[in-house]
Amino acid sequence: MTFAFDLNTIWFILVGALFTGYAVLDGFDLGVGALHLLTKTDKERRLMINSIGPVWDGNEVWLVTGGGALFAAFPRAYAAVFSGFYMAFMLFLFCLIFRAVAIEFRSKQPMRWWRRMWDISFSIASIISSFILGVVLGNVINGIPLDQAGNNTDSFWHLFHFYPIMIGITTVALFMMHGAIYVVLKTEGELHNKVRGWINNTIIFFILCYVFITMITLTYIPHMIQYFKMYPFLFVLPMLNMLAIANIPREIVRGKDFNAFLSSCAAMIALMTIFGIGIFPNLILSTINPDFSLNLYNAASSPTTLRIMLIIAIIGIPLVLAYTVSIYWIFRGKVKLDDHSY
Amino acid sequence: MDTLMLSRMQFAITIAFHYIFPPMTIGLGVILVIMEGMYMKTKNEIYHQMTRFWVKIFGLIFALGVATGIVMEFEFGTNWANYSRFVGDVFGSALAAEGIFAFFLESGFLAILLFGWDKVKPRTHFISTIMVSFGAHFSAVWIVIANSWQQTPAGHHIVGDGATARAEIVDFWAMIFNPSAMDRLAHVLCGCWQAGAFLVLSVSAFYLLRKKHIEFAKRSMTIALIVGAAASILQLASGHYSAIVLEKHQPAKLAAFEAHYPKHEPAPYHLFGWVNDKEQRVKFGVEVPGLLSFLLHGDPKAPVTGLNAFPPDERPPVNIVFQTYHGMVIIGVGLIAISWFGLFLLWRKKAFDYKWYLRLCVISVLGPQLSNQLGWFSAEIGRQPYIVYKLLKTAEGISASVSRSEVITSLILFGVIYLMLLAVFIYLMNEKIQHGPEDTVIEEGHRA
Ligand code: HDD
Ligand code: HEM
Ligand code: HEM
Repeated sequence: MTFAFDLNTIWFILVGALFTGYAVLDGFDLGVGALHLLTKTDKERRLMINSIGPVWDGNEVWLVTGGGALFAAFPRAYAAVFSGFYMAFMLFLFCLIFRAVAIEFRSKQPMRWWRRMWDISFSIASIISSFILGVVLGNVINGIPLDQAGNNTDSFWHLFHFYPIMIGITTVALFMMHGAIYVVLKTEGELHNKVRGWINNTIIFFILCYVFITMITLTYIPHMIQYFKMYPFLFVLPMLNMLAIANIPREIVRGKDFNAFLSSCAAMIALMTIFGIGIFPNLILSTINPDFSLNLYNAASSPTTLRIMLIIAIIGIPLVLAYTVSIYWIFRGKVKLDDHSY
Repeated sequence: MDTLMLSRMQFAITIAFHYIFPPMTIGLGVILVIMEGMYMKTKNEIYHQMTRFWVKIFGLIFALGVATGIVMEFEFGTNWANYSRFVGDVFGSALAAEGIFAFFLESGFLAILLFGWDKVKPRTHFISTIMVSFGAHFSAVWIVIANSWQQTPAGHHIVGDGATARAEIVDFWAMIFNPSAMDRLAHVLCGCWQAGAFLVLSVSAFYLLRKKHIEFAKRSMTIALIVGAAASILQLASGHYSAIVLEKHQPAKLAAFEAHYPKHEPAPYHLFGWVNDKEQRVKFGVEVPGLLSFLLHGDPKAPVTGLNAFPPDERPPVNIVFQTYHGMVIIGVGLIAISWFGLFLLWRKKAFDYKWYLRLCVISVLGPQLSNQLGWFSAEIGRQPYIVYKLLKTAEGISASVSRSEVITSLILFGVIYLMLLAVFIYLMNEKIQHGPEDTVIEEGHRA
């Protein structure tokens, strides 16, 4: 399909941007959750939670808005994905519920069993929800057996092929790396030094996974690279991604934690862009018959709705960016525990 | 039970559970703005203490609202895929607007409200409180518009037919201002303010009974009574207008609320009763002849369309909505009585003296909660058998690819998790309330 810069394409990009924003922002707080149980004392755990305390809810709103935008712009894709991955999303939602209440409830009682219970909920829920996001992504890359009406004809366990599972593990690894850098950025003293020591391991873990799935993708999922073959300049993206990741340890050694964090964000943005280009112009590929695939035209809302939504987005996005930047600015610097903390 | 019934149960349980929390945050938000505003104006430390205490409660409620709200956002897609395809063009934009305009505002400024006390100037903190409250109201605006569109669709046309038919927008503003949207929005918001006000009223009355935090409790109670009284009387008015809109646009629903069967006759108003659908009459009831006609048209002889004007398969379950609707109205009248009597006592400077009145206030917190739930049950069940009124039947809206066993699994898990959350929530609320505000600056009775 040829590329036309029309309303549908703009919405493909905007929905992608919202989910990318979600991955970059909630990515680190899911990562902090995944690392949570590796810390030992109550103080360390409080620092972990309070490092994301003021921002995790706002981060999750990127997902909510991304979901809303997908619903409005590509209702058939929204319907196919969420009903098609029913059990996976239910599990994901249960995890998000547990994460949210664990953060809120943990500090409300001093008992050890109480705190232990919510620590475990928080951490396991973070790991499972990251994993499920990866598995769903993997299935979207791979394609699912969509019938003509846009319904997934597979059952829950079919989601867990080898490839999606690998993407799931890679996502957990990526978020752990991202989260570790965030904790280093936000803490000082003992916890800071401890987590600093973990960063290299998380990077190695991620790179191993990443190289592995790249090889599989190149061999078995040719449609993901069709545009890269057509337009070789697109190879700057994977290059950028590798450079950004390579830059992380360098910045950490130089003590520039913030730059390391930016590098990690850049790596994630590059990854999501590669994914977007890879599936374009499809949103969900049907493995039964390519004609049943949902793409950015046959899944879309009417031009009127896309235009109205664009106006909403043009008014809304600057506001959203303004709040996001101000909140991160107000809560910049190292976390300190006080009597408003969790 | 089939997949359809199970999905309906799951939607009803998850939304009803979600709807425990947003009304309290929306209402408490308004009260926080008043309290912090008083502090900004008077610099009286007691208002600072009040704001801080209620912000803590607010945070806890908010967290549950968020945790349960995310579920709702995706449940349209998971359980109602066909419905999502049908309405996405019209309805999706309201949901997306809710995310962009409301949730970002809310969650961003909430961070300052909860954690920003020492990081920003008092003025900035106050502005954040206002913004959080705005955000909460906006989210109600968008979601109620979306829901009202499916009650009284407008501004759209239907493209395609059979299984691929879907609604497309033609007039955005007609969709936003669909016939029932503004009346229902007013009604929902008043219900939220009541939920917040009666929560504060109840906790304050509890302290007064225990003779703790007296000064704090008296001032909180005064604010709560004023907000509660205003919201309660507005609630009666807005409910009345909703009923008038109903008669025009969803006559079968209104007829079911009142169990009015004759096709075209003046209608009485029942204070309460039990409907026998087979015999088409209300048993054990008390009715005021001609009152419904009078309320709707100002004339007790004016005819009102009854259920017999609709084929049986286009009628909602009559007795269920009759009970939920009358429950809401009875509680609504009770809340007006409690809050206006409180105002009267306040004027006579006796509001804090009567034990029996304070006890009544303590339990009054349940009133708005029950009414809010009953109200939604009336509105949503009264819309049956349609999911989008007159356009799409509920049975046609479900996800084809989701199996019965999957819905059973998720339904059971939701049931277990939500019961547990409710228990923990009540336990923690109780702890916070027992613990009370931090008495660092104000000594008991110091300024009283
Ligand atoms: C924006 C849309 C929307 C909003 C704001 C609400 N609902 Fe609703 N409701 C639906 C959209 C909807 C729906 C998707 O259209 C359902 C699912 C099945 C159905 O028939 O309608 C529904 C069904 C439904 C049912 C089951 C009715 C039945 O199947 O017999 C109940 C009891 C409620 N809702 C209750 C509520 C409550 C307590 C709400 C308070 C927040 C609420 N609804 C808000
Ligand atoms: C089916 C309908 C509904 C959906 C899909 C829905 C969706 C959501 C979502 C996704 C959130 C979490 C946002 C966050 O992360 O901050 C949320 C919270 C919230 N919702 Fe709902 N909601 C529904 C019904 C309602 C109704 C009817 C109201 C008000 C009248 C409402 C008001 C709120 C508010 C104020 C919050 C913020 C959290 C809180 O105050 O507790 N919602 N909702
Ligand atoms: C005092 C007398 C009251 C009257 C006459 C009244 C009337 C109505 C009517 C006619 C509806 C249906 C609207 C529709 O389906 O379009 C409704 C719905 C509703 N009511 Fe009430 N009501 C009253 C009190 C209350 C109270 C006290 C509360 C809560 C505190 C409440 C909360 C609701 C809610 C949440 C809904 C569903 C949303 C909606 O449809 O607007 N009502 N009410």
